[in-house]
Amino acid sequence: MNSGQEDFIVQFVGVQKSYDGETLVVKDLNLNVQRGEFLTMLGPSGSGKTTVLMMLAGFEVPTHGEILLNGQPINNVPPHKRGIGMVFQNYALFPHMTIAENLAFPLQVRRMGKAEAEEKVNRALSMVRLDGFGNRRPAQLSGGQQQRVAVARALVFEPELVLMDEPLGALDKNLREEMQFEIKHIHDSLGVSVVYVTHDQSEALTMSNRIAVFDDGVIQQLATPPTLYEEPENAFVAAFIGENNRLTGRITGTNGNSCTVELDSGGTVEALAVNIAGQGEKTTLSLRPERVLINPPQDKYPNTFEAKVEELIYLGDHIRTRINFAGNDQFVVKVPNAQGHAIIDEGGSVRVGWAMEDCRALDAS
Amino acid sequence: MAEATLDQGDLMRTADGTPLKISIARAMRRNKLKALALIAPLFVFILFSFLIPIIDMSLRSVDNSVIPDVLPNTVAALADWDGEGLPPEEAFAALAADMKAGRESRDIGKVATRLNYELSGMRGTVMGTARRIASVDEGPYQEALIKANKDWSDPATWKLLKRLSSPYTMGYYLNAVDMRFDVDGNIEAQPDFRQIYVDLFLRTFWMSILITGLTILLGYPIAHLMATLPLRYSNLLMILVLLPFWTSLLVRTTAWIVMLQSEGVLNDLLVWVGVFSDDARPQLVYNKIGTIVAMTHILLPFMVLPLYSVMKTIPPSYMRAARSLGANQFTAFVRIYMPQTLSGIGAGSILVFILAIGYYITPALVGGTSGTLISNQIAYHMQQSLNWGLAAALGVILLATVIALYFLYNRIVGVDKMKLG
Amino acid sequence: MKNTLRYTTVGLAGAVTMAFAFSAQAVELGVVSWGGAYTASQLKAYHQPYMKANSDVTLNSIDYSGGLAEVRAQSEAGNVTWDLVDVVVSDAIRGCDEGLFMEIDHDEMLAKAPDGTPPSKDFLEGTLSDCFIPQIIYSTAFAYRTDAFKGEQPKTMADVFNLEKFPGKRTLQRAPINNLEWALIADGVPAKDVYEVLDTPEGVDRAFAKLDTIKDEVIWWTEGAVPAQLLADGEVVFGTGYNGRLFSAIEEEKQPLAIIWDGQVLDIDGWAIPSGGKHKDEVLEFVKFATDTQRLADQAKYISYGPARNSSLPLVGKHAELGIDMAPHMPTKYADQGFLTDFQWWADNRDELNERFEAWLQQ
Repeated sequence: MNSGQEDFIVQFVGVQKSYDGETLVVKDLNLNVQRGEFLTMLGPSGSGKTTVLMMLAGFEVPTHGEILLNGQPINNVPPHKRGIGMVFQNYALFPHMTIAENLAFPLQVRRMGKAEAEEKVNRALSMVRLDGFGNRRPAQLSGGQQQRVAVARALVFEPELVLMDEPLGALDKNLREEMQFEIKHIHDSLGVSVVYVTHDQSEALTMSNRIAVFDDGVIQQLATPPTLYEEPENAFVAAFIGENNRLTGRITGTNGNSCTVELDSGGTVEALAVNIAGQGEKTTLSLRPERVLINPPQDKYPNTFEAKVEELIYLGDHIRTRINFAGNDQFVVKVPNAQGHAIIDEGGSVRVGWAMEDCRALDAS
Repeated sequence: MAEATLDQGDLMRTADGTPLKISIARAMRRNKLKALALIAPLFVFILFSFLIPIIDMSLRSVDNSVIPDVLPNTVAALADWDGEGLPPEEAFAALAADMKAGRESRDIGKVATRLNYELSGMRGTVMGTARRIASVDEGPYQEALIKANKDWSDPATWKLLKRLSSPYTMGYYLNAVDMRFDVDGNIEAQPDFRQIYVDLFLRTFWMSILITGLTILLGYPIAHLMATLPLRYSNLLMILVLLPFWTSLLVRTTAWIVMLQSEGVLNDLLVWVGVFSDDARPQLVYNKIGTIVAMTHILLPFMVLPLYSVMKTIPPSYMRAARSLGANQFTAFVRIYMPQTLSGIGAGSILVFILAIGYYITPALVGGTSGTLISNQIAYHMQQSLNWGLAAALGVILLATVIALYFLYNRIVGVDKMKLG
Repeated sequence: MKNTLRYTTVGLAGAVTMAFAFSAQAVELGVVSWGGAYTASQLKAYHQPYMKANSDVTLNSIDYSGGLAEVRAQSEAGNVTWDLVDVVVSDAIRGCDEGLFMEIDHDEMLAKAPDGTPPSKDFLEGTLSDCFIPQIIYSTAFAYRTDAFKGEQPKTMADVFNLEKFPGKRTLQRAPINNLEWALIADGVPAKDVYEVLDTPEGVDRAFAKLDTIKDEVIWWTEGAVPAQLLADGEVVFGTGYNGRLFSAIEEEKQPLAIIWDGQVLDIDGWAIPSGGKHKDEVLEFVKFATDTQRLADQAKYISYGPARNSSLPLVGKHAELGIDMAPHMPTKYADQGFLTDFQWWADNRDELNERFEAWLQQ
């Protein structure tokens, strides 16, 4: 891996895509993927992320703009000459071939010698811990095993770049988490660049170096997982990543990096001005449930309120507390099940508060 | 009760002491009866409308009961005859008696017809003799019969009768493969100018194979298109494919005659374009070409539908996966797509092939001499010559071939993999 | 074995027949014929007048395509639903031999001629046989396209086989019957000697040898409607056909065709009564009516087939719709140019010659 920001394996330059000539599925995409990076495109279905992946793989042609691979434009290069490995949503293992034949396929079409191909196939199999499964048919394997074969097949011809299109979507939760780590380890050990598409935010947070959050054909935010979670730049990202208390209001005053917001439901809150239009305009406040404190020390925080406790759900490591705050009864607070935590009664009254920096004033959405 | 339980050791029992296995069987029996009752109507229908007629028809291919039934005395009298020279007077007397009785019961015509299958002219011999012998009341019958028809002085006539004494015969099957019994009962080939069935069987098979191949060639791209196009267009295509089903077979076949005949649409077009001169129009119908074209068209849907149903289940991601792994369009198609459609090709082929070898209306109308099939001969013997024994023998051979092919298919491809749509 | 088929069919058909038997007090007769213009002529000449006069009888007209297969199947199943069948004479004879048809005493059961001549004398000579009631004389003859040849037009059977003088495709029935006779006539055998020659192996060889000379130019037909169509489309210049169909092509459809009466093969078509039917008396009553002198002459008003009775011939009038005098279109008028087919000879030799003919076609 070369040092320096300029070593991009993939560059999207002003890429647009439309299927019907009326609406744009991808609107003016500019995105650079660094060599060796694990970049995830995260977004709800229909957000354009899969279209971007298909354009990169060569199965769709950009309506406008250019895609560069290693600095070379590839708009007119057919898929099989791009040398990009790909893992599909339902694995797309060839059902009429054995596992070994599946793995050998990319090597055969590259006219690799038989002995060399066999060795590579065996190595790939042991990489995904499936030694001895070579003679089975895909249908004889479990979902997780099939998934590992699909990954091995995309990597066996040693591509510089691997695309993965919701590869874990069909697996159950435990297996999915296990596979997330496995893929992550393979990425780390091989140093291959990965562009990964998913709609599962925890998957994205677990695996990625950077995440591009897609919505409505546009990248809403491109950042590392911690930045994305802690410093969402707009209301969509805040709502899409992690749990989020959402309050709407109007800006009544600004002071440096903070602002004063009058809530629609009544009450005034001090918030960090991140993405606001200006005084008198509407804004959405975003506040993570774990950043809300019960019975905060007096006068330490500018925002302290009395609230009514609506519901308590015991979740072991924390107690999920739904309170009615300023007319908003969906306001959630996570109370850690720590030594000496506050005792709260359902139906009772409680005082909550938070730091100004934890409450982010974003666009009105 | 308790003692009994102990006696039978650790046999599992229900609460009231009935052995568990018996209880289960009892509970299952009711379900089985219900299932049986559901399929019973279909089973009875198939039994009476299909199985029994087929078995009955097949038995006719070996049935020779008419000779022993109508000529019982003759058969008995000939049993001891050594086949040298003419049989003794008792045989002549027996035949005369049988013929009188047969003429009375109007069964003698069946004997005449049966014997005529084996030896042309026997019909006239038997009918004429029966007519004349009716007025003869006393012997010697040898003289009377020979006077009635001189064929009875020929030992070959009597050998034929003796050979046909058994209620069963191989004669129809021999006939169906262009063989026959000679005068002494040895099997020999038919003379050249009567050999038709083996050639027709072979032609039927190779033309059916050819037609099956053509339907694959033509149907594969259509099915592929239907499986990959958006629903709106694929529905339209599906209607176009099924359209032929909505018109009668006869209309479709006649339409092909209009298209292909030498003054027909296609020839006019070819002459107009200048491919052929007006006086050298190619003969495209009333020959093999006509049969192949019309049958390929008519049977095409039977290939397209199974192919389509298989192709629809193949997600586009397989082709994409192959291409992303470095295979060009052609390699991906041949190595990844085609093998997965094999079950559809197999199902379509077996369907088209079986339909093709049994086709007879279309070949009869457009086949001329070189394009008719074995089923046209079967139809001829069913409807015109009334030689049902030969028709049955030809049919059984055809049926046996189809069954053999089916088992072969099952061995190679596996019927469970067959998808019909 | 035959019983199995019988029981099944009886079992299935029983309920249906019972329903009919109880529902209708009046008698319903199933009358089977060839369909098309031919059945239409029968309906007008026989069925409709008869039903008008006998309101308790209903005649159900059923179409079939010839042959004895259905008759035999019904007989074997023991459930004869066809009461009367229109058959060609050769089938009548074979059916009679097999006991499928009832024997007829013509003088006893049929109507006398108006002058009192008994039926056995009134029906044309050689047309009666045991189970058969003659109805019409039809012929199979060649027709040619009148626009195909400039100058001399074909007139004889020899012309039909002369490819040099009259080039072009011909269509013939795909069967040895008639074709062998025609080949011999074209080869110079007088019509009256044809069957004598055919009865020898050399004669058959000779007939096939003559057919060989035109084989490459022949389209063989199996369905009766085909030759007229091929002639009309200009696909062939000569074609064999039943004279009735040729008549309607020439006179009704105004096709440019003409009939060559030379070598025409006369054949007889008529009624046969399947044995084992349930309405024997009613059927005989109808047949007696339908084959009397006037009725047979009436049929010629609707179709150009000749009546099988001598006494009917003078009564043949004009075509009911076209107004054409029908007498010149009766094949019987040209009987001396053709010959009557020999049913007995064909009954004996048909199986073998069919195989030989098919084998010859394939060569």
